[in-house]
Amino acid sequence: MNVDWQAFTPWTALGGGALIGLATALYLLGDGRIAGISGIVGAPLRALLRGRLSEIDRPQPWFIAGLLAAPWLWRLCGGAAPGLPAVSTAMLVGAGLLVGVGVRMGNGCTSGHGVCGLSRLSLRSLVNVLAFMAAGVASVSVVRHLLS
Amino acid sequence: MRQLIGFLSGLVFGIGLLLGGMADPRKVLAFLDVGGAWDPSLALVMGGAIAVAMPAFALARRRRSAWSGDAMALPANRRIDARLVGGGLLFGLGWGLAGYCPGPALVALGSGSAGAAVFVGAMLVGMSVHDAWLARAAPPAPTAPTAPR
Repeated sequence: MNVDWQAFTPWTALGGGALIGLATALYLLGDGRIAGISGIVGAPLRALLRGRLSEIDRPQPWFIAGLLAAPWLWRLCGGAAPGLPAVSTAMLVGAGLLVGVGVRMGNGCTSGHGVCGLSRLSLRSLVNVLAFMAAGVASVSVVRHLLS
Repeated sequence: MRQLIGFLSGLVFGIGLLLGGMADPRKVLAFLDVGGAWDPSLALVMGGAIAVAMPAFALARRRRSAWSGDAMALPANRRIDARLVGGGLLFGLGWGLAGYCPGPALVALGSGSAGAAVFVGAMLVGMSVHDAWLARAAPPAPTAPTAPR
């Protein structure tokens, strides 16, 4: 294993993680809900498509608004804009479709199963995390080391 | 109150993703590239998040209701089946192709990235396709069950 120490950013990673944990704790203790992004996006989307706007859990669109507003506050505090995707538009479309289907089928993603599930010591979430980590590593390995 | 908690949670969550490097797809791909020049940073994002969230979940288990007055809605689903694993595999495959998972993609969209907009659009289509045609006949228990209101 060849660690790229030049790219390693342990302190900002831990700090960012702590903020994510803090936000998760706020949403949990404040509203009694799991801060799982795929559910927070997927549930209102499903209600919208079925024309049942009254079924939308009101905090969810506000959580999404917070996520969308975060870069604005981040830049105000002097943060650099996040890097741009390194792949083609066709690849972004394919990846987005896979992620969309996968997170709804598995009922969660990096936040719901990862942060929340592992924090709750849920075996179900651990199984999902191991599956998406293995597939993520395999996907990068194939694209970077087998195809190129 | 509930809306404010939602907005603040999303805002702090997004700042955390930006600070931690999760919203940078190149950094995500470097984290998943275990066989290449591996950048382990993002493991510490997960570690830091769990270290803070775990005591909160321990506290939440002892409470019946949240500050908003709503009942605690912790997932009760413990089923481990093909959909859980298959969904994880499909998600991981897509994550490794683009370097975006749902939260960071939304944050990158908020920062004005056209690539993230393409990804989020496709992700919403994928979610809708699943819910319309691939979901179980009886809807599965949602990750965050919502009380009728």
